[in-house]
Amino acid sequence: MSALLEVDSISVSFDGFRAINNLSFNIGEAELRAVIGPNGAGKTTFMDIVTGKTRPDAGDVKWGTPPKSLLKMNEAQIARAGIGRKFQRPTVFEDQTVADNLTMALKANRNPFAVLGWRPSVDSAGKVAELASEVGLAAQITRKAGELSHGQKQWLEIGMLLAQEPRLLLVDEPAAGMTLAEREQTTALLVRLAQTRAVVVVEHDMDFVRRLNCKVTVLHQGSVLAEGSLDHVTRNPDVIEVYLGR
Amino acid sequence: MTEKLTRQPFILRNPSILVVLAVLAVFTVAVTLLSQAYGNGTVPTSTVKVLGKTLCLALAAVAMDLVWGYLGILSLGQMAFFALGGYLIGQWLMYARTESIVAASLAGNPIPPTPAELQEGVANQIFGVVGSSDLPLVWAFAHSLPIQLLLVVAVPGLLALAFGWLAFRSRVNGVYLSILTQAMTLALALWLFQNDSGFRGNNGLSGLQNIPGLDAVDQATLSVWFLWASALALGLAYVLAAWLVSGKFGSVVRAIRDDETRVRFLGYPVEGFKLVVFTLAAMITAVAGALYYPQAGIINPAELMPIASIYLAVWVAIGGRGRLYGAIIGAALVSLLSSWFTGGRAPDINLPGYTVNWVDWWQVALGIGFVLVTLSAPKGIAGIVDHLGGIRPPRRATGEVPQPAQEAKA
Amino acid sequence: MIRPLIVLALALLLALPAAANPALEAVIAGNLDQIEKPSRRTVEPLVAQIAATGPEGLALLSAWADRSLGVTDDGRLLIVDGDAVTDAVTGQPVPGADPKMLRPNSGVRGVIESALVAGEISSPDPARRAAALASIARDGTAEHLAALRAAPAEADPALAAQRDRVTALLAIRFDPDPAARVAAIEAMSGDVGLDFRAALNPLLATTRVAAPAGPEANIARALSAGEADFPREAAIALLTSQGILQPRLTPADQRNALAANIVDGRVGGIPVAELSDPAARDRAYEALEAAGAVAPAATEAEVEAAIDAHRFFEIYAEPNSDVTDAARAAETGAQVRLAAMTGIDLGLDALSLASIYFLAAIGLAVTFGVMRVINMAHGEFIMMGAYTGYVVQTLVANRTLSLVVALPLAFAVTFGAGVILYRLVIRHLANRPLETLLATFGVSIALQQLAKNIFGTQARPLTAPAWLEGAITINDVISISSIRVAIFVLALLFLGLFLFIMKRTRLGLEVRAVTQNSGMAASMGINPDRIAMMTFGLGSGIAGIAGVAIGLFAQVTSELGQQYIVQSFMTVVVGGVGNIWGTLAGAALIGGLSKVIEFMNPANTLAAQTFMILFIIIFIQFRPRGIIPQRGRAAEA
Repeated sequence: MSALLEVDSISVSFDGFRAINNLSFNIGEAELRAVIGPNGAGKTTFMDIVTGKTRPDAGDVKWGTPPKSLLKMNEAQIARAGIGRKFQRPTVFEDQTVADNLTMALKANRNPFAVLGWRPSVDSAGKVAELASEVGLAAQITRKAGELSHGQKQWLEIGMLLAQEPRLLLVDEPAAGMTLAEREQTTALLVRLAQTRAVVVVEHDMDFVRRLNCKVTVLHQGSVLAEGSLDHVTRNPDVIEVYLGR
Repeated sequence: MTEKLTRQPFILRNPSILVVLAVLAVFTVAVTLLSQAYGNGTVPTSTVKVLGKTLCLALAAVAMDLVWGYLGILSLGQMAFFALGGYLIGQWLMYARTESIVAASLAGNPIPPTPAELQEGVANQIFGVVGSSDLPLVWAFAHSLPIQLLLVVAVPGLLALAFGWLAFRSRVNGVYLSILTQAMTLALALWLFQNDSGFRGNNGLSGLQNIPGLDAVDQATLSVWFLWASALALGLAYVLAAWLVSGKFGSVVRAIRDDETRVRFLGYPVEGFKLVVFTLAAMITAVAGALYYPQAGIINPAELMPIASIYLAVWVAIGGRGRLYGAIIGAALVSLLSSWFTGGRAPDINLPGYTVNWVDWWQVALGIGFVLVTLSAPKGIAGIVDHLGGIRPPRRATGEVPQPAQEAKA
Repeated sequence: MIRPLIVLALALLLALPAAANPALEAVIAGNLDQIEKPSRRTVEPLVAQIAATGPEGLALLSAWADRSLGVTDDGRLLIVDGDAVTDAVTGQPVPGADPKMLRPNSGVRGVIESALVAGEISSPDPARRAAALASIARDGTAEHLAALRAAPAEADPALAAQRDRVTALLAIRFDPDPAARVAAIEAMSGDVGLDFRAALNPLLATTRVAAPAGPEANIARALSAGEADFPREAAIALLTSQGILQPRLTPADQRNALAANIVDGRVGGIPVAELSDPAARDRAYEALEAAGAVAPAATEAEVEAAIDAHRFFEIYAEPNSDVTDAARAAETGAQVRLAAMTGIDLGLDALSLASIYFLAAIGLAVTFGVMRVINMAHGEFIMMGAYTGYVVQTLVANRTLSLVVALPLAFAVTFGAGVILYRLVIRHLANRPLETLLATFGVSIALQQLAKNIFGTQARPLTAPAWLEGAITINDVISISSIRVAIFVLALLFLGLFLFIMKRTRLGLEVRAVTQNSGMAASMGINPDRIAMMTFGLGSGIAGIAGVAIGLFAQVTSELGQQYIVQSFMTVVVGGVGNIWGTLAGAALIGGLSKVIEFMNPANTLAAQTFMILFIIIFIQFRPRGIIPQRGRAAEA
């Protein structure tokens, strides 16, 4: 299986604290993967490195075929290469309407002058409307994002991610602060998305991970502790030690 | 719904443009009809000049609002571009005028002057005051109006581009960036203060109110012409700025103001957007300066001191950030009030035991007033206008950098 | 001149009871002819005789050398000092006398002076010996050298050393034997005293000459026209000044010559209207030259030929090349050591400037580090502190006491002002740093104008106590004013105090907690609002003290703070926030760099400041978070 993303023995420390320690693993095309681990395991730092927010001290991150190092690219270039990221807290542009938020995220030339010359078309408007209804915000399309509820903001952000049409989606704790119904909806969405692209979900919540029914990578102290199906890893004595022994 | 999203002309989506243009047109025509040159003379020429200059300041404020209110960069060096524009047009004004004077005086000689003699005479006239008689290299194009006009936008534009590229590339943000812009204008001012900078040191350039080739036109007429030119520039810049901030580009720019990191993760080259807006604003400001100083008549390096740029920020803040008309209202109102109060025409207030002389106390009142506006009406006068007009103000039009969100970390 | 010796001699003389000096009288009587018409070759024994007669004899010699000795018709010698005329032998005033003044030539005077010096140099009174030495050191001659060498050994060790030095310096200049001069130069080599360099300078003085071949002289170096420090124009000027080349025609001369020769609207056949073209002017002038109407001027070809035909040299005025070589070597050595000393002096200057920036910036750094707030009114707090010092000084006459009162009072006043500013303004703008910046700017302009309204626009003096005036001088090059030393000490004190508060007190612990994580600190029972207020007050209070310190050497005006605020910002930004060592590093960097740039470009402090700021803008490119950045992941957000 050719890897879409290949993380090759990366390490990073903050002030002597090793947040990521010789971490390696691969994500394939159209794969759904859950990354779990206790607090401080390095889950968010891993995402920061992949998206270009943090530079690793050692190692390499390769992307696509032929493999290209992501370390030489900045955040925007990585995003344009096809890696989308959903933050833990919903971050949408509250000052602007739902339509504006989605329009901004639509896959298009990101060059400032191209953006300056960009005109809304029937096509783009149609896409925005479609995305809005997909995430259940069709009725809110002209409202300011700041006026939405917390859950609606989460959905708007997911909609923006979809608009970017990424090949790899990094999702940080999507279920946090969601109702049970919303979680089910989210699970269904993630599974459906993973049919056409790779999705990496970072999550605490074992129930949620179980519902995703996918390969699981357990991180601990900045490196991979175990990998496999959820049942497989939960039987791993190291994992039990880390999760229950504390 | 789809139709509504796509086919609305941008002027209709921004009714404020028509209002501003109409007010500007009525104002300009009214002043013209009351002027000494074209009307009944109710408004003296000096007042026409003050009004024309105020329009230029408003133009600079619009550019400042683009940079601060929309892009979120509190630039404390905008007036550097303003003054640069003034210096660059001043070079031509001073050179061309001095050349005609020198040519006239040399015409009395038995032998007609050579070009070198003419230039030497001009250089002596202009730079004698700083003890030099050579024409510095930076005056190489001073004889040519088209080139100097080009430089008026090109030099500040390039300066903004270079400075912005350096600053944005290293992701200097927030107050750091403000201090850096302040340092930029201070460095430029100190440089110009030197006698051998090629710009006559602290003497600056003078006699700019006399337009070469228009000796026959009196100042009363010229003042009205400049009023029209300033109004035209303001109107055009307003439409340009409004167009810029209305579409997707505006969306991205405001998004950068509110959460720069998130915009990066959407794949937008944030630095590029910042550079475009910063440079464009610098050019608009330079044009404002190039129109301002021929009306003021004199420019010197004190105009570049950081305090001037901070005042510009104050005007925009009082007028209302993130609202283009707010910038115009703020600049016009505060600068006119300032010149009225400090001009000694405001009546003193007689308190028991102390007479409040506005020349002395206006600064104090302005300072305190400004603190009060910042504290109690962060949206400025435009916020009140919005309220009266029933326009819903944006929730976060504060132009703040987001605070480091420590709890968002694992 | 020799005048100090004379005055000294006269003063001693007048102190003596007026008494006749028979020995002197006898010498004068026997040699009156020679006294009236002395000859350089023969006068020496006479002078020695007179000198041997005692104080009156010395006084007479002084007056003689100073051309204030007159002779009466009846053969008496009188000393004329302004209106007072005294008899040289008796010392009695002689009213109404009209003596014929004696005018010995310079050779004779040299003999007399060296005899006088020899007398003074061997005087039993150390004060007189010291005065004589000082006088020679100021203005020595070849005769002095001989006298010094002939003088008896000096008993006082300090004076002996000084005499050796003066002798050596005189030997460098006047010793007839070149080998002795070279030896003297080499013996003193490495000395950085101004007097040594002054003695070397005339030896190394050069003049430029143009000659067809190498001149018979001590050649410093050969020059070629067109090199960096000898441009072609200089060569032409040299040739012209030596009369080798006709002066070239200046454009003005050409124009005047043409104007003087206008005939029927034409000059040399060329219409006047065409003469705005330089080429046409040249043609017209050549035509006039051909007609003989104007003097010929050096053409470019002639200039070229003259330059080609000559060689150019720098020659020493001193003919002996051994001496000049030794002097050159000693000069180079002195320059090197001088450069090192200048470096040390520059370092001291930089240190004191850095102390000032540190004092001015430390308060700003504290508030910025803890609250992320730029206080634009910080400069006005400095100004407030300075005015507090001024007001205290008008009330307390004793300068030292007033300073002792002013320092804590300035702290108290600005601490209060800071707390008020915090309570009224800053607290309400939490997490809006740009708005805080602007609001504090409003406070700043209000305070500035307020100070103008209260104290007026003229500068107010804040005088340092006497013990802080003057300077600590180590040698000719290195010196530092006492006030700057005091400010350095003050800065050190504050560094220590600050470290103590931050590391050893409860307040410091809480401040650090709030800086690192305000929310967490609050949940542990720390009141972040109170801590912020205290920090703000502390930072403002330090600004007040900095104000008193700055006021001691700068003018106290309402704009005092403005001059320091931008530098203070730079210090904080360059140093990195949230760390006192960062501020220290920033102050050291900015202070040091300012001095270095100023040193390299001393004539132009404005350009120096410009380069300084440009450097900072570039510096931020490479270290956006300052020299000592705030660490941890929080800083990366």
